[in-house]
Amino acid sequence: MNEFKGQTLSWQIVNGAIELALHRDPCNEIGSLTLEELEEFASALPALTNEAQALIIHSTLKAGFSAGADLRELFERGQQMEKAAALRGVREFLARIHAVMNALDAAPLTTIAAVHGVTFGGGFELALVCDIIIADRMARFCFPELRLGLIPGFGGIPRLKRDLGNAVVRDLLLTGRSFNVMKAQQIGLVSQIAAEGEALRVARATASQVGKFDRRTAATAKQFVKPIPYDELKREIDIFCDLYSRPAVEEGLRKFVENEGVQPYLP
Amino acid sequence: MPAPTIDHTLDEILNLAAAHFKVPREKLTPDDDFFKTLGIDSLQALDLLTRLEHHFRIELPDYELQGVSDFRTLANRIQARL
Repeated sequence: MNEFKGQTLSWQIVNGAIELALHRDPCNEIGSLTLEELEEFASALPALTNEAQALIIHSTLKAGFSAGADLRELFERGQQMEKAAALRGVREFLARIHAVMNALDAAPLTTIAAVHGVTFGGGFELALVCDIIIADRMARFCFPELRLGLIPGFGGIPRLKRDLGNAVVRDLLLTGRSFNVMKAQQIGLVSQIAAEGEALRVARATASQVGKFDRRTAATAKQFVKPIPYDELKREIDIFCDLYSRPAVEEGLRKFVENEGVQPYLP
Repeated sequence: MPAPTIDHTLDEILNLAAAHFKVPREKLTPDDDFFKTLGIDSLQALDLLTRLEHHFRIELPDYELQGVSDFRTLANRIQARL
């Protein structure tokens, strides 16, 4: 399926690059529907890979790339079922999203995240599976999960550890602070900074460049320099589930969901 | 080069906020609640924070803005990083 238009995301091949566009209001929160459509994309990816040399993931929404997991859905599902069933549901969701993220991470083509605005939590984790992150000047990154009594659950810590120094990882994780593109480039997370509104254009130019190289060589080089930390990823799911069982998490989620103030995205 | 004065910093914040959020500059005063005066939510506040970080070439962790909603306190937080 070379083209798909879903409720939360769409994809098409443009000039030899697969463009996966996220478009779920308000800011591409990743819940069960997004997961289903990401799974469809992952299933289609082997066939798409034969037709393209690069993958670009971007958002069409003004607010940003993605605000991360759909915390409202996580909270409401937790309220609708007894605790053991809710925990099983969370573990199953995480296993499925990890399968998608791992497929994207291992894809034998060069992958580019073109991010802008809010790139938080699960959205940040989606960007981290990509080989190259190109960021709009106004992009902002954050792992806010500790504010909820959780850790990132979509593979964030193992992939951040793969790419960055451990001291930086500790700072970002343990403070839960957000940071801008200058910081992101300084720590080695972002490859290129684009002017406001230009990340997708810059990503397309980069996709065109990587398309000049032999596909098999590029895929081999990627496999060599970007090992996937499968053991740590599995451990992350276990830790997340252990933490999720605690009452503090339910309270943290409730506080976020029921917050009617203007500052839910500020600490 | 000496750091700008707090009044200068405050003035630059008000100018930037007025220009970006398209609010007449004369309608903004240092003690305004910027969420109300600019009509912004937390995502837009993060956008403002990013613009201010770029403008002043500083890094201002968002936890330093916890509970901050007026321009004068915001200017003080920024001044401490210059």
